[in-house]
Amino acid sequence: MFREIAYYPGCSIEGTAKEFDESVREICKVFGISLREIPDWNCCGSTPAHIYEPLLSAALSGRNLAIAESVGFDKVMTPCPGCLKALKGSLEAFRDPTKKEDFLRILNMPFEGRIKAVSIVQFLIEDIGVDEIERNVVFPLEGITVVPYYGCLLTRPPKFAEFDDPEQPTSMDRLLGAVGAKVPHFPFKTECCGATYGVLRKDIVGKLTGRILKMAQDLKADAIAVACPLCQQNLDLRQGQVERYRKESFEIPVIYITQIIGLALGIEPKKLGLHRLAVKPNFLFEMSRKGKENFVLEKQT
Amino acid sequence: MERLRTLTLNNTFDEHFIRLVEEESGQQISKCYQCGNCSASCNYTFVYDYPVNQIMRLIQLGQKAAVLSSRSIWLCAACTACSTRCPCNIEVTRVMEALRVMSLREGIISIKDVEVFYEEFLKSVKTFGRVFETGLLPIVNLRTGRLTNDMELAPKVFKARKLHLLPSIIKGRKEVAAIFDRFESWQHQKMAHKG
Ligand code: SF4
Ligand code: SF4
Repeated sequence: MFREIAYYPGCSIEGTAKEFDESVREICKVFGISLREIPDWNCCGSTPAHIYEPLLSAALSGRNLAIAESVGFDKVMTPCPGCLKALKGSLEAFRDPTKKEDFLRILNMPFEGRIKAVSIVQFLIEDIGVDEIERNVVFPLEGITVVPYYGCLLTRPPKFAEFDDPEQPTSMDRLLGAVGAKVPHFPFKTECCGATYGVLRKDIVGKLTGRILKMAQDLKADAIAVACPLCQQNLDLRQGQVERYRKESFEIPVIYITQIIGLALGIEPKKLGLHRLAVKPNFLFEMSRKGKENFVLEKQT
Repeated sequence: MERLRTLTLNNTFDEHFIRLVEEESGQQISKCYQCGNCSASCNYTFVYDYPVNQIMRLIQLGQKAAVLSSRSIWLCAACTACSTRCPCNIEVTRVMEALRVMSLREGIISIKDVEVFYEEFLKSVKTFGRVFETGLLPIVNLRTGRLTNDMELAPKVFKARKLHLLPSIIKGRKEVAAIFDRFESWQHQKMAHKG
């Protein structure tokens, strides 16, 4: 199976979420999916554009979709739920008869609105499939407890996301299960982490991210799996700030789901960017090293 | 922190405001029957001045000034928990979003730092076509007067080789700037139209 799909990395993927990009690309390779970056893509404007006016956000994302369409794609995948929201907002503006005309005027590019936008999680579930992933596991993560944190945008609001259950999503649970991890029920699956307030309001992130980390700790999780650069930043990079706020220590690695899957598929930790995480997942490095040796041994015998 | 404010509802009732919010958000505000589900779902109530169901009620009562100058609308993270759970299918997040746009337009935004952050972000997008994370934080810190904010994170990010020293500049940055320009003139037209 060889397929090509349009890829919208987004700005954070170029910077603080580099390892998300690396791991997405690596696992897609395993399944014969070739990711074609939308040529000369621009920033979707994120929350600020949306705040100034949803139509500005729609038009900025519209440029990316229009380029992807002109190259001949009918589906674009993005790892970032925030970017996904912007891409979908643009399709929504196009379909809304009260907005369409203004949207097209601001965009000022040929746009057909036939392209579909999906997250990496949706892509893994629907286009690759849990079974296919399970079949390709060479190094099951047995004995490791991972809690899935979906954040607020992946499955909400339902009308917009059109994916999984908005209140009790299971897609990430299933993906983690497929690679052999133990996945307890995580009650804070979809609670907000504090979003962009990390920069300006340490009290908000301290409280909201704090209770997510605490719950993970209470469930004796070895790691938290995430699928959003902003969630990752709050939970991992800001973990020290949260620890100071709560006067507690956590030391819980917060790992992109694609990194966890990649590891189970036998991809080297370094290629997956696991060394770039702020809280180091040392146990995974260890397991990966041992696992590799065992794996080679098994094959020889 | 002023949490309790007394409003003389009759004196400040503004009927036009109700219609404007309905129009801008595309939501029927009168459908809200104050069940409180939105507030119960909202993770941000602890920093709000009015919980989100009270914002809905204040709109129904035409309380423009109280609503548009509230901190709540600027602390909402647009997590859409409220929209997902409203039994009347009101997209409450949309309402909050429309209120932010209106508060910005009227220049009565309650939390200046947020505005500075958003402004600088968009400037970066308009100039380069993509956002320049490394350059953004120092400017925001300078403008908001908290120079050392988040600086302790820089070495961590730098060590992981995630820090870009130069912005990523796209070829179509003029096209992107033109989108901003067309948007701005569209906005002016709309404003002029509304009077
Ligand atoms: S959940 Fe809906 S009906 Fe209930 S108070 Fe909130 S907006 Fe009103
Ligand atoms: S969208 Fe805003 S108001 Fe609604 S629950 Fe989330 S933070 Fe609260």
